Amino acid sequence: MPELNLTSAPAHIRHGSNIGQPLTRRDGVLKVTGQATYAADNHPPGMLYAVTAVAGISHGRVISLDVAAAKRHPGVVDVMTPEHKPQLAIDPEIKTNPFVFRMEALQSNEVRYANQPIAVVIAETLEAATEGAALLAPRYETLPPLVGLDAGESFVPPVVGVGNPTEIHRGDVEAGLASAEKRIDATYETPPQYHNAMEPHGIVASWDGDSLSVDMPTQGLKLSLARIAELFGIAHDKIHIRSPFLGGGFGSKGLMGGPPVLGIMAAKLVGRPVKLVLRREQMYGPVGHRAPTRQRLRLGVDGEGRLTALDHHARTVSSTFDDFYEPAADASHTLYAAPAIRTSHDAVRVHTGTPLFMRAPGEATGSIALESAIDEMAWACGMDPLAFRLKNYAEVEPISGKPFSSKALLACYEQGAARFGWAKRSLQPRQMRDDAGLLVGWGMGTATFPALMFQAEARAAIRRDGSGVMEIGAHDMGQGAWTALAQIAADAVGLDIARVEFKAGTSDLPDAGIAGGSAHTATAGAAIHSAGAAVIAKLADLATGDERSPLFGAGNAGVIARDGRLVRRDDESRGESYAEILARAGVAEVEARGTGAPNPAAMEEYAMHAHGAVFAEVKVDPELGQVRVSRMVGAFAAGRIVNPRMVQSQLFGGMIWGLSFALHEEAITDRRTGRIMNANLGEYHVPVNADVPPLDVITVEEHDPHVNALGIKGVGEIGITGSAGAVANAVWHATGVRVRKFPIRIEELLTPR
Amino acid sequence: MKPFEYIRPATVAEAVAAAAQPGAAYLAAGTNLLDLMKGGVSRPDRLVDVTHLDGLDAIETLADGSLRIGALVSNADLAHDPAFAKSYPAVAEALLSGASAQLRNAATVGGNLLQRTRCAYFYDTASRCNKREAGSGCDASEGENRTHAVLGWSENCIATHPSDFCVPLVALDAMVEIEGRGGHREIALDELHRLPGDTPARESVLEPGDLIVAVRLPPAAHAFAAHARYLKVRERTSYAFAVVSAAAALRIENGKIAEARLALGGVAAKPWRARAAEDVLRGVAPAADVFQEAARRALTDAKPSGDNAFKIELARRIVVRALTLAAAGTPARMPALPASPFASTTGAIHA
Ligand SMILES: Cc1cc2nc3c(=O)[nH]c(=O)nc-3n(C[C@H](O)[C@H](O)[C@H](O)COP(=O)(O)OP(=O)(O)OC[C@H]3O[C@@H](n4cnc5c(N)ncnc54)[C@H](O)[C@@H]3O)c2cc1C
Ligand code: SF4
Repeated sequence: MPELNLTSAPAHIRHGSNIGQPLTRRDGVLKVTGQATYAADNHPPGMLYAVTAVAGISHGRVISLDVAAAKRHPGVVDVMTPEHKPQLAIDPEIKTNPFVFRMEALQSNEVRYANQPIAVVIAETLEAATEGAALLAPRYETLPPLVGLDAGESFVPPVVGVGNPTEIHRGDVEAGLASAEKRIDATYETPPQYHNAMEPHGIVASWDGDSLSVDMPTQGLKLSLARIAELFGIAHDKIHIRSPFLGGGFGSKGLMGGPPVLGIMAAKLVGRPVKLVLRREQMYGPVGHRAPTRQRLRLGVDGEGRLTALDHHARTVSSTFDDFYEPAADASHTLYAAPAIRTSHDAVRVHTGTPLFMRAPGEATGSIALESAIDEMAWACGMDPLAFRLKNYAEVEPISGKPFSSKALLACYEQGAARFGWAKRSLQPRQMRDDAGLLVGWGMGTATFPALMFQAEARAAIRRDGSGVMEIGAHDMGQGAWTALAQIAADAVGLDIARVEFKAGTSDLPDAGIAGGSAHTATAGAAIHSAGAAVIAKLADLATGDERSPLFGAGNAGVIARDGRLVRRDDESRGESYAEILARAGVAEVEARGTGAPNPAAMEEYAMHAHGAVFAEVKVDPELGQVRVSRMVGAFAAGRIVNPRMVQSQLFGGMIWGLSFALHEEAITDRRTGRIMNANLGEYHVPVNADVPPLDVITVEEHDPHVNALGIKGVGEIGITGSAGAVANAVWHATGVRVRKFPIRIEELLTPR
Repeated sequence: MKPFEYIRPATVAEAVAAAAQPGAAYLAAGTNLLDLMKGGVSRPDRLVDVTHLDGLDAIETLADGSLRIGALVSNADLAHDPAFAKSYPAVAEALLSGASAQLRNAATVGGNLLQRTRCAYFYDTASRCNKREAGSGCDASEGENRTHAVLGWSENCIATHPSDFCVPLVALDAMVEIEGRGGHREIALDELHRLPGDTPARESVLEPGDLIVAVRLPPAAHAFAAHARYLKVRERTSYAFAVVSAAAALRIENGKIAEARLALGGVAAKPWRARAAEDVLRGVAPAADVFQEAARRALTDAKPSGDNAFKIELARRIVVRALTLAAAGTPARMPALPASPFASTTGAIHA
């Protein structure tokens, strides 16, 4: 990666010695040898096991629990119920800030969704607690539940996603449609989906007086800490959370949910450390999910195939007791240059756990519908889908009219199409076969995801021995933060990565912001970068102000930090090591803090997004309807690539998730009871190895001087967008059958012979 | 988990005696039973672990040319036994299309035969299920039932038997050897599983204490080796139960089908032998139209039990394809994706 001279970058930092290297995961050996301790691997002395009993109905009231039977069971220590529990300092129903979601902490006997925790059994062994929970044999007063996208009265929510307006328009959509040469009007449905991280949500909680020690996976250490503090009425400095590794989170471990709170309550109730881990099926309720959507797209084009209007309406659901609305239609804001765009949402309430952020919330659901509709329109115009997209390429962000901070999408289209061999695609569907007679189809989709930044802080130090320290409460969910952030840290303090002690994953470190919104590397990276710059500046001050130093008089901007030395910019042969500077100054270490945050001025001026183009090939059995993806190529432009190996893995994972979205994933909900009937990984299908074809990822070079000091855009979520639509469009191209309800099922493709 | 007694008998006789009591269950590899116990679906008082019994893990050819497979032979060992796979290729293909490699390494022959349905309402103890709790009702009948039975079901239960292994076995007239309180007996596999009727909780003809000790393939079974296939349509390429499957085996002499065997999986509470279809095929040259007619016959009595009418048409198509593949001849090597419609995918694309 060439040296970047960013205006906002301090002059004495040299990029490229660590950033840009495809280092393997620094925690890899720990993980493959089983030495990485995940939350549930902790067993403090005297620990008890807690198991939640969950509701078998989705709406009603618990009228009895056989607590006596559970308590009689050998090994059971106590049973926590709404009547018998430690009091919380505040009602968990109170939303103290927009990132607080209502949770069930046994505050009442009301049941508002299936799998809601209704009691917690605490026992000497996991087996005893499990049987104790079964012996509770709850009886219910059952009320009719609201289920599905047509339940009850629909309404227009005040906002969607995180504070996005429910409806936005630019230009006159109806006029644009009326004047169009061709129109399409199509409705797509996406199902409820669950994050299903490999590692279930779990917690080990120990109280020592009013101090609390917690092991739990979290994507937001400080948010979790603040929520625990307010719920239990204790000071922040009395709480210590360790979350060094997460076995995936995908948004479901971002905000504090009910189950970890129950674990802390249970520990308080029994006065001993307690471990509470959800079983797989118990994850289908209290820890969020992706809400189902029904999306109507109306598109108009002129005689040349230029969009005249794009209208995208999404119906979604929230729970009966809280608000999160999948901002699916917002996916239409940024990609295609329609002069008139309207996006709008409405919703119904159903008896489900509150839906939440799930990898590319809104973008994923919206993208599959938008990319399908664009494909339908290309076909209606008799145009190649790529040519149609190029014709409607947005030079400025369509919904806002702002220029893009950077946008290498044309290069993505070009390089992706070339690698895939797209030019050989037949325009007509159902034209291509392989030599086994299987139908072959090629489809594409455009990927996009906003380049977000949150707030973060980091602390850097240079020690007497010339080594560095970087501290930030960052989160490694498997994406590689231990590695990528350490690379940024090493460059920030001008040291080899092995000479920097990188500390992350605990709540006593500076706030790294939430690991979500594909913004963690950018946000935490910016804080690390600025902390590093600040500590080097202090070090430079020590040297340049001391006449015994060869750097005397060089001025702060006149030195460069490299390989543990400061050297003069105008004469690199003159310099001295960090250790020498500190020894002479007689200080043990210098330290400094730095922050990362969005730049409001840049955001006002520019639209900031990562982009990509995904091409997929599927094979479909012409008579039997079974589908298999045989090839995928994704070309992505996401600013500076800190670690190409980690980035490739993130993009692979996203593309596989896109494939899964199009063909596999669905929480099957009983329409009468609202219960999820496939709450296990045997029946909730995600792709297995045999479903995943050779994947080809191209990262397209992109320099963005505006997004943040390091020019980083996120890569965690964009891979899903574009990919789901590409697979769906390839199925159409293979079969000539347009399926608008996802996942695509065999029965839809059993065309008459 | 509910506490239970764990018994490890030394002999078959001890096993039978220990398992004859109410509330007892045999434990083989436990890949199905332990899941059911963890979910509270099965709550046995006593587990009789048969995995340490001697003499039940052999694959042996008997004097009359039949093949005897011990009940404890693992699904993987059987499928990967070269002589077995050569003589009974459709059975090996079916085994390899089931579950995952890890599960097949553990799962036993006996356990596979007696694995329980995958009906979601059977697994969900908050739902009503006549199979789990006789007389409680059937929540699947008005519920999410697109993968349920289209043959042999009753108002009381519309579940399917999920085994792949059983499908070619029943086509090949496999026999089941049983040790019970009354001593040794044997029955046709086709007789082992019961259709639900009014008593869906009674899934097989086995009596308390009955232990499956072996499965036997009769001498005639390997005569189909040259033309035998298993085909399984599922919702991902691997590690999924069949939506519908079929085993087809043909004995072709002088260009004509001397004898045909056909069975369907995923359509009924038992592996479904399609004898009427076999009759159509006898004595004719293999050809598309006779395969179509066979498929029509095989599904004559089929009717949807819910949102699953598509399975009837899918089953017809699978029958045609399975017969076509069988007529084309057993491949020299096991396909990389056994039983998959994508088994023969090679790669080259042409318009
Ligand atoms: C995720 C998953 C996916 C699967 N996918 C497939 C698939 O695609 N196709 C497929 O065919 N199968 C599939 N299976 C099922 C698998 O094949 C069975 O679980 C396995 O064959 C059962 O064998 P076991 O030895 O573990 O039996 P166990 O679980 O030990 O026993 C099963 C039942 O048989 C009884 N039993 C066992 N042995 C005997 C005996 N000798 N005599 C009398 N009773 C006995 C037990 O009491 C119990 O009721 C899948 C299973 C899982 C968990
Ligand atoms: S179909 Fe059979 S197994 Fe399923 S719920 Fe009904 S009775 Fe139970």
